[in-house]
Amino acid sequence: MSPSGAEVLRQIKSRIPEVDPADVRDQLGNGAVVIDVREAEEWSTGHIPGAKHVPKSFLESRIEGSAPDRDQHVILYCQSGNRSAWAARTLLDDLGYSNVESMTGGITLWKDRGYGVEQPRTLTAEQRDRYSRHLLLPEVGIEGQQKLLDAKVLLLGAGGLGSPTALYLAAAGVGTLGIVDDDTVDLSNLQRQVIHNSNRVGVPKVDSAEETITALNPDVQVNKYPVRLGPSNIMDILPGYDIVVDGLDNFPTRYLLNDASVRLQIPVVSAAILGFEGQLSVFKPYDGPCYRCLFPTPPPPELAPSCGANGVLGVLPGTMGLLQATEVIKLILGEGDPAIGRLLMYDALAATVSEVKIRRDPACPICSRHPEQIADEEMGVFPDYEAFCAGAH
Amino acid sequence: MATIKIPPVLRPSVGGEREISADGSSVGEILRSLADNHPDTKTQLFGSDGALNRYVNVYLNDEDVRVLDGLETVVGTSDTLVILPAMAGGARL
Repeated sequence: MSPSGAEVLRQIKSRIPEVDPADVRDQLGNGAVVIDVREAEEWSTGHIPGAKHVPKSFLESRIEGSAPDRDQHVILYCQSGNRSAWAARTLLDDLGYSNVESMTGGITLWKDRGYGVEQPRTLTAEQRDRYSRHLLLPEVGIEGQQKLLDAKVLLLGAGGLGSPTALYLAAAGVGTLGIVDDDTVDLSNLQRQVIHNSNRVGVPKVDSAEETITALNPDVQVNKYPVRLGPSNIMDILPGYDIVVDGLDNFPTRYLLNDASVRLQIPVVSAAILGFEGQLSVFKPYDGPCYRCLFPTPPPPELAPSCGANGVLGVLPGTMGLLQATEVIKLILGEGDPAIGRLLMYDALAATVSEVKIRRDPACPICSRHPEQIADEEMGVFPDYEAFCAGAH
Repeated sequence: MATIKIPPVLRPSVGGEREISADGSSVGEILRSLADNHPDTKTQLFGSDGALNRYVNVYLNDEDVRVLDGLETVVGTSDTLVILPAMAGGARL
């Protein structure tokens, strides 16, 4: 006769390591991964501070997201210490983990001892449904989705690059999107600026973008700036944003943005397009090079065409804008390797992506200095600035 | 012969080619060979002092030649030089 469930559990507990809540408390922050194996509704009532959540029913498929190293110290707990014992056996016997303990008495005993619990922020039922495909990813999950909802991203332009970026960031649940654009929708924009539509020709782009975003995801707050970004307003607009998405088509503003973002220490996800080719890089102040490290001076106007004068394949800003959106989400989540110190070059005709390294310039006129040393009057300035602007207009 | 990748803004100066092969054993020799064969590229690549214009970056494979030996950097026949002028394109702000 097969043993009862209670008997099997007793046998498991006799051979897996168990740990007292007092020892767990002492080890918090000492490198052990503490994992709550209860169901989502139990987790939402409060968990051990710093614990990660891997429901027992998804243990085998999701444990590597929280404990990728099979030799690291893993402490499992549940409500009373039974489910965590079963889970510990699975990790030790079936998944090859070598250092796993189950906390005796579960969170019930933990609370009885008067130890602190952390109340997780929760999503509404509608949000759980809307973001369910994010929640299934260990790299996002509820915690990552909360980061997205809390994030404030500023988009410079609701044009070719800004349209797809705004759409996907809104769909992903980035909670605040600022949009700077003083233009109105033109019929010739609609070949690529997919956030607008034929009924909105003549409408300010910030209003058109807001309408589309709000219809797509009411979680998103849209801040509209129907202005041209310039020296007189940049320090009013940028502060408070976590990330700036740049698709600027002119060099004076590009340098101004660089200098302001270094001073404010806000990362800039930058892309540029021309014809069938696009470039992308992430300029994260002091972690990597800034735009001036890459290009200390702009080219003369005749070598710096913008899309207005040159054709652009309509899908290309879509491709590059979505690469920008991807980098933004990675930065918010703190996942993956952002394109910091690298310039990606996409060639649509050749269907190739290549990259070159960008180094920080130790002599960079801006990012070699402390942010507070960068003065208002030197932001956006470069040699021959007057001549450049005279030639450009 | 090393391969040079030509950026869009320089293509009109080289008959529309996207890639060009050029002789030379250093970055400087190869770029000067390019400029000799396609004179319109000369002022775009080099300043009046013969140095590379600062708004043009040149990479040997994926490394900026300025952190290597500049125009003296040795180039092998299977190497690729990437010419990268600053590019802007997107929203008009």
